[in-house]
Amino acid sequence: MSTRTIAGQKNLQDIRTGSKDGIGGSPLRPDGTLKVKGEFAYSSDLWHEDMLWGMALRSPHPRANILSVDISEALKLPGVYAVLTHEDIPGTKFYGLEIQDQPALAIDKVRYHGEAIAIVAADHPETARRAVKKIKVEYEVLTPITTEEQCLNPEVYGYVHEPHEFKSHGSGNICHSQKLVHGGGVTDEIRALADVIVSGDYEVGMQDQAFLGPESGLAVPAEDGGMDLYVATQWLHVDRQQVAPVLGIPEEKLRLTLAGVGGAFGGREDLSMQIHACLLAQRTGKPVKIVYARDESFFGHVHRHPAKMYYEHGATRDGKLVYADARIVLDGGAYASASPAVVGNAASLGHGPYNIPNVRMEAIALYSNNPSCGAMRGFGAVQACFGYETQMDKLAAELGMDPVELRQLNAMAEGDSMPTGQVIDSPAPVAELLQRVKDMPLPPPLDLTNLDVRTLPGALSNTTHGEGVVRGIGYSVGIKNVGFSEGFDDYSTARVRLEVIGGEPVAMVHTAMAEVGQGGITVHAQIARTELGVEQVTIHPANTEVGSAGSTSASRQTYMTGGAVKYAAEAVAQALIAKGRKRYGWTHNDLSLNGGKVVSESAGVLVSMVDLLGDDAIDLTREHHHRPTVPFDKETGQGFGHVQYTFCANRAVVDVDVELGLVKVVELTAAQDVGKALNPLSVVGQIQGGCTQALGLAVMEEIIVKDGKVRNASFTDYLIPTILDVPPIPVDVLELPDPNAPYGLRGVGEAPTVSATPSIVAAIRAATGLALNRVPVRPEHLTGTL
Amino acid sequence: MEFLRPATWDEALAAKAEFPTALPISGGTDVMVEMNFDVHRPSAILDLNRITELRQWEITDGVVRLGASVPYARIINELSEPLPGLALAAHTVGSPQIRNRGGVGGNLGGASPAGDAHPALLAAGRDVFVEVASAARGTRLIAIDDFYVGVKRNSMEKDELILRVHIPVADGPQQFSKIGTRNAMVIAVCAFGFALHPKNGTVGTGIGSAAPTPRRAVAAEEFLQGVLAERGLWESGDLLGAEVIQQFGELVKAAASPIDDVRGTADYRRHSLAVMARRTLTWTWNDYSKQIRSAA
Repeated sequence: MSTRTIAGQKNLQDIRTGSKDGIGGSPLRPDGTLKVKGEFAYSSDLWHEDMLWGMALRSPHPRANILSVDISEALKLPGVYAVLTHEDIPGTKFYGLEIQDQPALAIDKVRYHGEAIAIVAADHPETARRAVKKIKVEYEVLTPITTEEQCLNPEVYGYVHEPHEFKSHGSGNICHSQKLVHGGGVTDEIRALADVIVSGDYEVGMQDQAFLGPESGLAVPAEDGGMDLYVATQWLHVDRQQVAPVLGIPEEKLRLTLAGVGGAFGGREDLSMQIHACLLAQRTGKPVKIVYARDESFFGHVHRHPAKMYYEHGATRDGKLVYADARIVLDGGAYASASPAVVGNAASLGHGPYNIPNVRMEAIALYSNNPSCGAMRGFGAVQACFGYETQMDKLAAELGMDPVELRQLNAMAEGDSMPTGQVIDSPAPVAELLQRVKDMPLPPPLDLTNLDVRTLPGALSNTTHGEGVVRGIGYSVGIKNVGFSEGFDDYSTARVRLEVIGGEPVAMVHTAMAEVGQGGITVHAQIARTELGVEQVTIHPANTEVGSAGSTSASRQTYMTGGAVKYAAEAVAQALIAKGRKRYGWTHNDLSLNGGKVVSESAGVLVSMVDLLGDDAIDLTREHHHRPTVPFDKETGQGFGHVQYTFCANRAVVDVDVELGLVKVVELTAAQDVGKALNPLSVVGQIQGGCTQALGLAVMEEIIVKDGKVRNASFTDYLIPTILDVPPIPVDVLELPDPNAPYGLRGVGEAPTVSATPSIVAAIRAATGLALNRVPVRPEHLTGTL
Repeated sequence: MEFLRPATWDEALAAKAEFPTALPISGGTDVMVEMNFDVHRPSAILDLNRITELRQWEITDGVVRLGASVPYARIINELSEPLPGLALAAHTVGSPQIRNRGGVGGNLGGASPAGDAHPALLAAGRDVFVEVASAARGTRLIAIDDFYVGVKRNSMEKDELILRVHIPVADGPQQFSKIGTRNAMVIAVCAFGFALHPKNGTVGTGIGSAAPTPRRAVAAEEFLQGVLAERGLWESGDLLGAEVIQQFGELVKAAASPIDDVRGTADYRRHSLAVMARRTLTWTWNDYSKQIRSAA
């Protein structure tokens, strides 16, 4: 290609190439090395002179009336500054993400094992711990309401929330429900159209987000009667919205700054220690830090809803789906948290990425005395995917069809309609994703002549040298929505400032986006580089001085806040060019910013940004609202409810020691359409991480709750995958742009967590011949020793 | 909380005599976890990290004298030949970081039925001894069979500390298998250690996490010793046959008295013990046969 010399002694071709660290590049994240070396400052590292340590007294019972709380002995302990109960709360006593049904401190009763009853501030964590032990609580212990049968018969077993105090949309012990009917629904006439019918009951255990950085933060009382809160969270503004009324102060007097977050996965969407630290700081006038211990962390955040599901599918002899029926019962635990939205997702996405002419669905979330459940990566779509994908395999077996071909035959594509009636108006390459994982080369067969126990089930535990090991292969595909749904306007705000610092044009990006490890700050800098043609970008600490960025969840941050950064940066670029037009009288209509210069496509470099800016700064803020959605009709489930859809397909190859019931996932392949990979390295990392969390759900991760009590609140007994459990995860990334999205991108983080679990279980089924209708699959399930 | 930091073994024994409730700590891989989870708030901590003899091992008269604090990583790297069963068990302990810190003394002191070292020590033979000492009475040797007395209880006195463990150098193949519900860094659901002792015509077994204490499968040992002797298999190295292997597995299973808990069911523990017993017996016997045949 020919080039021509232009002003500035740099050719246009070079300049047009843009920064290698702009969008589409893979600059490394600034926090990566620090985290690996143990030098990253997490919220648990926060420190303030004269700070106190806060700690909560938690209920050992899942359901009890509190007859009395005696704090006198705790208050007498030297070093104790405050002991508070709900009676000390100056403002509203309840909070909640969607429904304000959770008391900041228990009022007269506890509804789950671990509910906070009183809080202590002391000059040393050990003093606080001792003070907590000196608080005397008299309980009237009640039989917990924990099973579906108990929850659905409140007149017999009781109410988690008494009818007079019930705040949710449901009734009795039903927190929320959503029905859906599509086509002719499911009737005897419709059933009669099917040649083959398969059905099954499926169950998903309670998974935990298992982030490594425990809940922690620091509340610092301010002179204006307000509060500064430094905290690891997923959404600063919604924290503020929930905390300020409890403190009895206006929102603007509560200022939040994001502290170092050690993972989130949905578990930080609800409040944990925020209100408690602020209440103690407000009372004592001193900074108060709270750091949960690991066991407290398991009690201190919501989990993934465990689910019991019934699925029924009818198909023609040649494999075309005729109808699908499902009922999904989610255990929401004691408080609503995100249960309504999880129900909405389960109902609307619960029949998978398939064209099914007739559909019926009912999804409900129960109130119970089990731990509260709420947001976790995949959010309602994970549970359902295990159900419908297991059904697809069952149907394929019944029809004698290849399970991938059956899925492809019924796969939805762009232009097709969801069971909600929403037409999918951007690429939906479901069949192609399946084909891609199927076409990837398979890993070599187990080589017993060159034995390395680390590659076998059990690994260094040395349980097999090849005996009993059978290989299996399984496939799955899943669907997830991106962004908040059902009429929620989860807009994002970004402020971008451009100025000359040290003789160079420098952009500053300021948002309230919670960087929880997803790599958002890296992407923001990339967007600013691309839009503003600069190399130097600084990221302002995330705080509430700028408008909301919405939650770091629902695979939405690059789409929403990334979009806001794009629009703010575009506005800054236009303002700079306007400044140049005014100063130099340019009439070009082909101007852009590139390589630190204003460039005309036809006339080359016009001026450097340094010269044009001089001592001025351009500082603009923009909001990004996604296209509006509407709530689903309560009875029919119809409505344009979701912003965007995302799809991932997986192939799992596993080796199972069928005698011992131990599993080694050999390879987990993923293919996903991401619209546009803004940072390809991060995209692959997200997909691999999502697959890993799905692997955890498939074979090990479960909070074990018995009679409402959590039995394994530790990383000794709540197991998450180690490097010897995580196989190679080859990832095939498609980039089919969504015309509705910034850069055409599609949210990445959740789809693999939805889709990968069923592929692993399918592979285990292939190896063992067992039905396996529950995850996680335990050795007992594989050996008949439950 | 008192924090005692003796410089010598004698000082350590004196400290333990003065503060008999002091909790000894070396690698801290168990003690610190329990303190973090608020399981224990000991009145005193006795830090043994300055005592060099605890981190040494030597082989004299065919016996490994293994210091209580020699970390598992060194057992793997330095003692895989003389102590193959223990080295295999050491491989399954925690993570690399834990293996760099933790040692057999901690397992013995804690006496948890889930300690990974126990089945290997039990299988290593009746001549395994725990060498403990007190300021008042000096040193004594506790036979491993007499060491474990209850759930997380051993037969030491309150003023005693563990100095080292005496383990005969292996004279035949040894194996160790452990069930965990993930492929690394996992507490044993159950475990099994097995060793052939051709010199005295015995076999050793050790069951972990499937009874209130680590224990032998005595009937299984006796059955197998009988078969090996009666059929002259020690000399011939001939195949054991499926029936013998099966019966051995059943006897190991019968020796366990496991419970249902969050880590696994009693049924699964019994089932998997039988499988591990069959497999470890097969592996060790195959190795032994090869040795016999290559020597012949």
